[in-house]
Amino acid sequence: MSTPLAIRVWEGQLMTVWRAWRTAVALSLTQPIIFLLGMGLGVGALVDDRVGSATSLGGLSYLQYLAPALLATTAMTAGSFEATYPVLDGFKWRRTFEGVSATPVDPRGVVHGLMLWWTTRLVIGSLGVGLALMVIPSTRGWGVPVAMLASIPTGLAFAAPLASWTATREDETSFPPIQRFVITPLFLFGGAFYPIESLPAALRPVAWATPLWHGVQLCRDLSVGALVASDTIVHLTVISAWIGAGYVACRIAFDRRIRR
Amino acid sequence: MSQTVSTLTRVLPALPGTLRRSSRMVERSVMVYRRTWMIIVSGFFEPLFYLLSIRIGFGALIGDVTVDGVSIGYAEFVAPALMASAAMNGAVYDSTMNIFYKLKHAKLYDTVLATPLGPTEVAAGEIMWALLRGFLYSVAFLVCITALGMASSPWILLAVPACLLIGFAFAAMGMAITTYMRGWNDFEFIPAATLPMFVFSATFYPLSAYGDWAWIVQVSPLYHGVALVRAAALGDAGWGIVGHVAYLLVMAAIGIRIAGVRLSTLLRT
Amino acid sequence: MPEAPAVTPDEPVIAAVGLRKRFGTFEAVRGLDFTVTRGECFGFLGPNGAGKSSLMRMISSVSPTSDGRLRIFGLDPATDGPAIRARMGVVPQTDNLDQELTVEENLIIYGRYFDLPRSECRARARELLDFVKLADRAGSRVEPLSGGMKRRLTIARSLINRPELLLLDEPTTGLDPQARHVLWERLYQLKEQGVTLVLTTHYMDEAEQLCDRLVVMDHGVIVAEGSPRGLIDEHATREVLELRLAASDRTGIAGHLGDLAVRVEDLPDRVLVYTPDGDAALAILRAAGIHPVGSLVRRSSLEDVFLRLTGRTLTD
Ligand SMILES: Nc1ncnc2c1ncn2[C@@H]1O[C@H](COP(=O)(O)OP(=O)(O)OP(=O)(O)O)[C@@H](O)[C@H]1O
Ligand SMILES: [Mg+2]
Repeated sequence: MSTPLAIRVWEGQLMTVWRAWRTAVALSLTQPIIFLLGMGLGVGALVDDRVGSATSLGGLSYLQYLAPALLATTAMTAGSFEATYPVLDGFKWRRTFEGVSATPVDPRGVVHGLMLWWTTRLVIGSLGVGLALMVIPSTRGWGVPVAMLASIPTGLAFAAPLASWTATREDETSFPPIQRFVITPLFLFGGAFYPIESLPAALRPVAWATPLWHGVQLCRDLSVGALVASDTIVHLTVISAWIGAGYVACRIAFDRRIRR
Repeated sequence: MSQTVSTLTRVLPALPGTLRRSSRMVERSVMVYRRTWMIIVSGFFEPLFYLLSIRIGFGALIGDVTVDGVSIGYAEFVAPALMASAAMNGAVYDSTMNIFYKLKHAKLYDTVLATPLGPTEVAAGEIMWALLRGFLYSVAFLVCITALGMASSPWILLAVPACLLIGFAFAAMGMAITTYMRGWNDFEFIPAATLPMFVFSATFYPLSAYGDWAWIVQVSPLYHGVALVRAAALGDAGWGIVGHVAYLLVMAAIGIRIAGVRLSTLLRT
Repeated sequence: MPEAPAVTPDEPVIAAVGLRKRFGTFEAVRGLDFTVTRGECFGFLGPNGAGKSSLMRMISSVSPTSDGRLRIFGLDPATDGPAIRARMGVVPQTDNLDQELTVEENLIIYGRYFDLPRSECRARARELLDFVKLADRAGSRVEPLSGGMKRRLTIARSLINRPELLLLDEPTTGLDPQARHVLWERLYQLKEQGVTLVLTTHYMDEAEQLCDRLVVMDHGVIVAEGSPRGLIDEHATREVLELRLAASDRTGIAGHLGDLAVRVEDLPDRVLVYTPDGDAALAILRAAGIHPVGSLVRRSSLEDVFLRLTGRTLTD
């Protein structure tokens, strides 16, 4: 019973973006390339000119350092967006979830459908950065497709917990602060643009607790082919923990919202 | 902050006809945002985060850059550019999504046009509001820059009017473009324009880095904004400033003209 | 009320000659001539799509005229729009309240658009909220109000600038009977004070109650004009006899009645006989051996005129 419902939720979400697919696809492919060219090459030249920078970047050029990390930050951005406005939309404005679950009331199907949709959305989102990585000679490599895959759980680790929060909300007023005080700081300080060793020592554990830093490390290690088994296990564990907790929270929150 | 705003709107009724009528739109926005002032205030943290990030991270990775033969710290180089970009982003947001919502969904302007206000006054009023907000953000940005010790010249005070000019130009153009939008999907094109400008306007590295391609950068309106704010921040006056100001003024004038005409045809059916 | 009316009492508040409105190739208003004088209540009736709202929007000086001459307070809307709108109140057909503001703020800011001082706006807002019985919802957002409450708020809003001319496009649609009667009373008071009222409505009783003069429009043209009573006298008989008959009795009614039946209308469910004397007509039919299943004699109403002039079938 629940699988078809999950599929219907997934389909519904897909259809709403399908109409704008051309723009969406074109933009999600070109935006990362532009950003990488601007930041990676331009700022990269400044960084690489400085003696000692390569050491703090673990022997990588700045472009090699930054580009794979953008896989993780893009996933975070997409995941946190998809879990806020569109989910509230489904509950409140378009009421698709309530409509979907009106016949056999089944919040579980809705949650599964959304997870499926987020995954789809994250795959699409990773294509842009992935393509950019494959185009640029110094970042090209067999690790890139694997790193693209690794960015998907990173996105889910944001989407699932946030969606459970959204399910308890009546309006969108809390979304901009989340963006401003969680997502933007993580984007800036989460280890994508420079090593978190630059941060004050007290802040480093905060970065370690977030799924973004682990996602960034994972994508970076994978794309440059410098995987350390023990580190990888830690990264995967933290990310999975966030997804698992988020999933459970979603199940509870959606259940309450839909059945109320 | 809302104190400042209400004081300002109380001064405005002294202005003559059209301007006074336009200011009613500002008054309305103040009424709306009075309840959600937290959102505006929380916006002040964004410059702080960006500046800190530049200083902590890139400052360490990059060190100094050389502009026109003078060597300055990287954070000092980028901070004015971020300030200019923030002015652009704020103005674009206020004049696109916000205006579209009021135009097509809330039908606000249909209501307003039944009163003595006309379409041009409505457009001018909305741009005034975008500027007022931009002014507050710029001041906050300036406070952050100064507090983090990223400013070297007292001329940086002029960065605020420079940002107002940037906001004016982008708000006017944003509004003009919004009148052509058919639906929400069209707004995906906005970042397609602002992101390349943000990245390629001599924001993060000097114009000289572009070599033969520098002229393309100089087409970008944000480049002229960045150059203005940077000149103020570094206390670096030159004739180039006249060109930057002229560029942005022309852009604002074209935007206002298009927005006024288009709003008239859209609303006066 | 306005201290110095710019129109002399005999000068029309609204004067239209050959007024037209085109949307692309479609012509919604096709050559109207009418005048509205100070202090009267003037009504526009007409089926859906007749062009009433298009006309109202031209009078409210937001929609440009396509052709013809329109003067309001003797001014040209094309050049003096702001001056005209400053002296006018408008209730549009669909409520367009400010969703981002509260009930009270909606009135206050609207007053500000008219350049009223803040304190004055607040005072008038309170008074108007009392009038439309929304004082207890003053601090509420607009969205959760019921449809009728929104309508009342829109009406209150149109009065904030104490207009000389009030345009009401289907003002009472969606109102409960109590609110309708309260509004009628208030409109009557306003008229007493010299305010000119122009309204459209689909309620014939409302038009009969309120309007001194009215026009019936159809397909963008005026098909009749006059006072409610005058229109009834002109286009209908004094009484209407409504009959429910067995199918076999339906034919030949007109023949039995002769001059007493000015017109007979054969509807699917009943037969209407337009007659100067309903009881006499019924007696004649009974004498002729026709025994209706049900019968009713009533005075003819504006509704009969309306249906007569604009037809019973739905137009586009
Ligand atoms: N902005 C517009 N663009 C194109 N056609 C329009 C526009 N506004 C009105 N029309 C058309 O003009 C005609 C008259 O519309 P109008 O709204 O004036 O009718 P109305 O008499 O007010 O009807 P109702 O009783 O349903 O309110 C309709 O056929 C309508 O489709
Ligand atoms: Mg109408």
